[in-house]
Order: sequence, then structure tokens, then C-alpha cells
Amino acid sequence: MTDRSLVQIAFYAALIAALGLLPKFAIPFLGGVPITAQTLGVMLAGVMLGPVRGALAMLLFLFLIALGAPLLAGGRGGLGVFASPTVGFLIGFPVGAFVAGLIMQRTKTLSVLPAAALAALVGGVGVVYLFGIPGIAIMADLPLAKAAFGAAVFIPGDLIKVAVTAVVAETVARGLPRALLSRG
Amino acid sequence: MISVYLPGTSWLHRMPARLKLLLLAALSMAILPVQDPLVLGGVFAAVLAFYATLGPQGLKQVRLLRPLASLLLIIFLLHGIGGSWMEGLVAVMRLVSMVLLANLVSVTTRMDDMLEAVMPLFYPLKIFGVSPKKPALAVTLVIRFVPVLLSVYSSLAEAYRARTGKRGSWRLVAPFALQALRLSENVAEALTARGGAAGLGSHIPRTRRGDAGC
Repeated sequence: MTDRSLVQIAFYAALIAALGLLPKFAIPFLGGVPITAQTLGVMLAGVMLGPVRGALAMLLFLFLIALGAPLLAGGRGGLGVFASPTVGFLIGFPVGAFVAGLIMQRTKTLSVLPAAALAALVGGVGVVYLFGIPGIAIMADLPLAKAAFGAAVFIPGDLIKVAVTAVVAETVARGLPRALLSRG
Repeated sequence: MISVYLPGTSWLHRMPARLKLLLLAALSMAILPVQDPLVLGGVFAAVLAFYATLGPQGLKQVRLLRPLASLLLIIFLLHGIGGSWMEGLVAVMRLVSMVLLANLVSVTTRMDDMLEAVMPLFYPLKIFGVSPKKPALAVTLVIRFVPVLLSVYSSLAEAYRARTGKRGSWRLVAPFALQALRLSENVAEALTARGGAAGLGSHIPRTRRGDAGC
């Protein structure tokens, strides 16, 4: 692993943390349900860094939380978050980033905007919920259907993040093409 | 760098980090299958008593639960509606006990000590030709990057407010990512210029508290 990859991984882990610490963006419709930008970081890490580095950036971020840094949205941190009902989503983060990166790599014939949207949707939403919902079901001792119902509130916000990820990837591909490492 | 750590000298502060982690793993495994509300009530009371032994600030650390409150309420309601309220109570009590128990370790262990306690987990990296010190270096880099990124974002948000009179919005994410990426390239060059991560000596980079000014 080169110095450059190491710094990129650390950098994206920090970006995910910074996005979680920013003031929440309220969505104008949906009665202004506040959404955090943190899962935006998951999508960005996969789409921008590619599968391996994207997943490593997420693992590093989770490692810092486990060490006690309160970097999760809402200032949560410490080992407690790994015992909370949302632990499935955290496990889904690195896998989701990996899948998003893989999709970016495999769709080089597509232009950046639709490819990034697809990658963010499948990796950043699909895979993350695939781990998150069973996580709630196990930790809270709920049937899967009820757990899925409880998690569904966040899906509209996540779809907005998919759109933002696609726009950001497109902007970066134009402004600093070499930073789109998943296509490199 | 802010941390959930609470400075102190209690018996839990003095216990070795590795022992605390092992005990936590064992206790969490033991609590997860418990269904009896009386047993869970006892566990909950015992965990609260542990917090109380940390000193005057101890019980205040239970506030780390606050961001979970709405989620716990939803879980309780999901159990209760078309199910049993007792089951909801048991599920919530079990979750609260497990989260508080896990946080007890984080509250009484410095990040440095925690990092050192888990370092052996990275030794197998040698097989792949990666230095086991790299994860520790990456941790220090993140801790240094976070406040820098936040200041980059706040200057962008300030400029945006001056131009439009509006608060920062998702529109800032793209320029934020671009500026921050340029910054990371400079850091990578600076690291290589100083001998690179491969040139790390036997010294483990420490996550010094107060270093990042966050």
C-alpha cells in the first residue's frame, strides 16, 4: 500500500466523520425530516475510491468509533454504538462501499452520473439496509417485517443522498478527474 | 480530539484495557439471550451502580444514551402494537444495558490505551507485507484531518452565505469534496517527502489528546 492510498483512505474516513458532524440538512418536503450527511460519505467512499480503498476507509472510520471517538452523526461514539440496534447499518457500511466501488469499476462504459447513481443506490442503500434491517431485528428482538417498517422512514433521505453522490462524482470527474480513483 | 473518555482514577480506569474488552465481550454474549425482565432489571441496576462508582461525574455519562431515545421508543412501540408490551420493555431494557455496559469501557479507557490494546490484531498484516503500524498512523491522520475538513467546510459555508444570504446546503458538498481532495494530495506528497509510512520506526504514533484542537 502506497503513502498515497493510505492518506486517501484516512482522508475519506475523516470526510465521513466531518459529514456526520455538519449541521443536519433538513429536507423541505417530508415535513422536514432531518437527514445527516453521514451515509453520503459511505456512498462517496465507494464511488470515488473504488471497492478496496472505499471499504478500508469505512473500516478505519468504524475503528475510530470503537476506540472512542464520537464521530457518528449526533456525536455518538464508543463501543456502545456496536451494542445498539443500528449496529447492522455500521457493518453494512464497508460492504456497501465495496459494492458501490465495484459497480463503478464495472460500468466504465457508462458516463459518471448514471454509474455513480446506480453504485450509490445498490451499494449505499441496498446493501446497507440488507445488513441494517436484520441488525435491528436481532438486536431489538423484532420480526423482520416490523424492523423493515421502522427503517423505511430513512429511505427518502437516502434517495436524496444518491442524487447528491451522483452530482458530486460528476463534478469531481470534471474538476479533478484523477481524484475519481474507482475509474483510474 | 474530543472523545467519550472521562478522565478519572476509578477501579475501572485502572483495569487493563484488554481485560475490560474481554469482559465486555463475555458479558454482552451472556446478556443477549436473556428474556427474564427481573434478571434484566438486575443487570440494568448493576450497570448503573458501576457508573456510580466512577465518581461524581459517573452517572452523568448515561446521557450518552440520549441520541438513542427516539429509536428505543420506536422499538418499544413496534413491539407493543400487535404484540406484547412486556416484550417491548424486555427488548429496550436489554439494549439499554448492553449499550451502557459497552460505553462503560469507552468512558474509562483512553483512546491511546485502547489502540495499544488492539494492536496485536494488526500483526497478521505482516503476512501481506503491510506494516502493522499503518493502521495506527491512519488513525492519527484521521484525527488530524477531521478539524481541518470542518474548517474547510465552514469557510465554504461562510462564502456561500455572503453570496446568497442562505445557510449552507447540499450544494456545498461538491466544492467541499474538490477542495478537500486537493488538500489530501498535498498531505500524501508531504508524507512521502518525509520518508513515507514505510519509514516508520519502532515508535507507534500516539493519538495525543489536545493535538488536533477540536
